[in-house]
Amino acid sequence: MVAISAPTPPAPPRAKGRAARWAKILGRELTTVAITIFGLLLVTFLIARVMPIDPVLAVVGDRAPADVYDKARLALGLDKPYWQQFATYIGKVFTGDLGTSVLTAQKVTDDIKTVFPATLELATLGTLIGVALGVPLGILAAVNQGRWIDQIARVIGLIGYSIPVFWLGLMGLLLFYAKLGWVAGPGRLSVAYQDFVTPVTGLVMLDAAMQGEWDAVVDAFWHLILPASVLGLLSVAYISRMTRSFMITELQQQYVVAARVKGLSEWRVVCGHALGNAFVPLVTVIALSYMHLLEGSVLTETIFAWPGLGRYITNALLNADMNAVLGGTLVVGAVFIAVNLFSDILGRLADPRAR
Amino acid sequence: MSDQTAASITWHSWLTTTSPESRRQARLGQFYRQWLAFKKNPAAVVGLAIVVSLLLIAAFAPLVAQHDPLAQALDQRLLAPSAKHWFGTDALGRDIFSRVVYGARVTLVIVMLVVITVGPVGLLIGCAAGYFGGWVDTVLMRITDVFLAFPRLVLALAFVAALGPGLENAVIAIAVTAWPPYARVARAETMIIRNADYISAMRLQGASQMRIVLKHVVPMCMPSLIVRTTFDMAGIIITAAGLGFLGLGAQPPIPEWGAMISTGREQIFDQWWVATFPGIAICVVALGFNLLGDGLRDVLDAR
Repeated sequence: MVAISAPTPPAPPRAKGRAARWAKILGRELTTVAITIFGLLLVTFLIARVMPIDPVLAVVGDRAPADVYDKARLALGLDKPYWQQFATYIGKVFTGDLGTSVLTAQKVTDDIKTVFPATLELATLGTLIGVALGVPLGILAAVNQGRWIDQIARVIGLIGYSIPVFWLGLMGLLLFYAKLGWVAGPGRLSVAYQDFVTPVTGLVMLDAAMQGEWDAVVDAFWHLILPASVLGLLSVAYISRMTRSFMITELQQQYVVAARVKGLSEWRVVCGHALGNAFVPLVTVIALSYMHLLEGSVLTETIFAWPGLGRYITNALLNADMNAVLGGTLVVGAVFIAVNLFSDILGRLADPRAR
Repeated sequence: MSDQTAASITWHSWLTTTSPESRRQARLGQFYRQWLAFKKNPAAVVGLAIVVSLLLIAAFAPLVAQHDPLAQALDQRLLAPSAKHWFGTDALGRDIFSRVVYGARVTLVIVMLVVITVGPVGLLIGCAAGYFGGWVDTVLMRITDVFLAFPRLVLALAFVAALGPGLENAVIAIAVTAWPPYARVARAETMIIRNADYISAMRLQGASQMRIVLKHVVPMCMPSLIVRTTFDMAGIIITAAGLGFLGLGAQPPIPEWGAMISTGREQIFDQWWVATFPGIAICVVALGFNLLGDGLRDVLDAR
C-alpha cells in the first residue's frame, strides 16, 4: 500500500523554497478537491434529472390544471437548458440552499444541521473503539507474524468484513438489551431524561454534562455504547489489518535492526520506532475508516432509531423526498472530501519525506 | 499402467515437469501447482467449500428445500425452529429454511450481474489509463478518483431512490459505485507490464495498440483482478443485503436475505429466528468469499 523508498535526505530547504513548495502542494490538493466537488455536484444533479418522479408534480400535486403546472415548471427553471439548470443548482448549493424537504416541510439545510451531530457522535465513538481495539491487535499480529495470534487477528478481520452491520445491530439489541439488559435500547436518551437536556451543541452527552445533568450523561452513554460498538467492530477489521501490514513493512527495515543492535527494549523498538514510522499511513487509514463509519451509520441508525443523518436519508428515501436524499448525499460526500483532504495534509505535515 | 497409483504418479509428474512439451501442458501444470499451493491453506479450502456449496444449493434449491419458499400458511405463523421447520416460520407462515435456500439463488444472481458488468468496465478503463498514460490516464483516473471519493452505499441509495426500488435497479446502483477499485488495480498492473520487454517486442513486430492491450496486457492483469473480484463479492453481497433490508432491493415475495432480516425486525425480541437465520446465511457466504479471496491472493498475486 505504501511504498517506502530508500530515504535520500534532501538538503535542508531554504525558507522561501519551502513556502513555494507548500503553495504548490496546496494548489494541487485544492484542484483535486475542486474537481471532486464538481463531480459530486454533477452526479447528484444527474440523479435528480434521471429520476422518474416529475419534480413539478411534487410541488403542485397530480391534479393541477395545465396552466398551474406550466407556471410551476417555469418557477423551477425546468424549461432552461440543462447546463443552465446545473449552474443554478451549483449556485444554490454554495449559498446553502438544498431545497425544502417534502417530509418535514423544512429547509433541508436546517434539517441536516439538527441531525448531523447525532451521527457525528456515533461515528466518533465508533472510530475510537475501532482504533483502541484495532491498532493493538494489528501490532500484536505483526510482531507475532505467522503465529496463532496472527491467525486469530486474520480471522477476526475476515469475520468483520463478512457481517452485515444492520444484522449485527439487531443481534446486539437482542442479546445485550433484551436478554441481558446490559445496555439501553434504541434512541439517544430515555424518555425520562428527554426534557432535562436542551440541545446546544447537539451532542447529547456534552450538552448534558454542560448542564450538570450527570444522570442524563450516564443514560446517554448507555444508549450510545451499543450502536457505537457495532460500528466500531466493523472498523476493527480494517484498522487491524492495515496496522499489521504497515508494521510488517516497518519491522523489516534496517533501522529496526539498528535499534535492536543498539540494545533497545523490544517495546521501544516496536512502539517507539516502528509504530512512529507507521503512524502516517495509519492516520490515513483511520480517516478512511471514519468515513466508512459515517456511511455505515446509515444502516445502523435505522436499527437503533438513532435520529442522525443516516436515518434522515433512509426516511427520505422511503418517502421519495428527493431534495432530502440528495442534500444528505451531498453532505456525506462533502465530509468524505474534507476528511480526505485533512488526512492528506496531516500526512504531509507528519512525514518530512512527503513534504 | 493398469495400476491406479502408477497412473496417478505419471499424471502428477506430467503436470509438474519443469520442461513442458506443449503450451497446454505448461498451462495445466501451472494451474496444478497453484492448486497444490492453494490446498495447503486450510482457511482457503474452507472458503472454497462454502462457495461451492452455495453454488450447489442454488442449483439444486428445489431438492434441498423441503417447502415452497412462497407458500403461505397462516395457521403456522411464527413457529419456532423444529424438525419440520428447521429455521422456523415467518409472519406469513412461510418456511424460513426454504426461503434461505432459495435466497442463495437471488444472491448469486445479484453478485454475478454486478461482477460481469463491473469487471470488464474497470479492466478496460484501468488498462487504457495505464497503457496510454498522458492525458488519457489523467482524465480516466480523475473520473475514477471522483467516484472513489464518494460514499458508496449512500450513492447507491441515491441511485435506487432515483431509479425506483427493484432487483435490476439495485444491481445497476451497486455496479455504478463498484467499478473504481477495479480500474485502480488494473492500472497499477498495466503500469508495471507496459515497460516489459515482451511488450516492446510486440510493438517492434508492429502489433496494433488494440491488440497489445487486449491480448497481452489484459490477460496479465487477470490474476490480481480475480483476487479483487473475489474479495469484492462479499462487499457486494452485503451492500445488496443492505439495500434489500431498506426495502430498495429485491421486492417481496422474492426470498432475498436482506429483505428477510427486515421482515424479522419487528419480531426480533419475541421470535428471534426470523431475522437471525438469513443473517447467518449472509455472514457464512460473505466469509466464504473472503476466505477464498485471501487464499487466492497468496497463490495468484505474489506481489
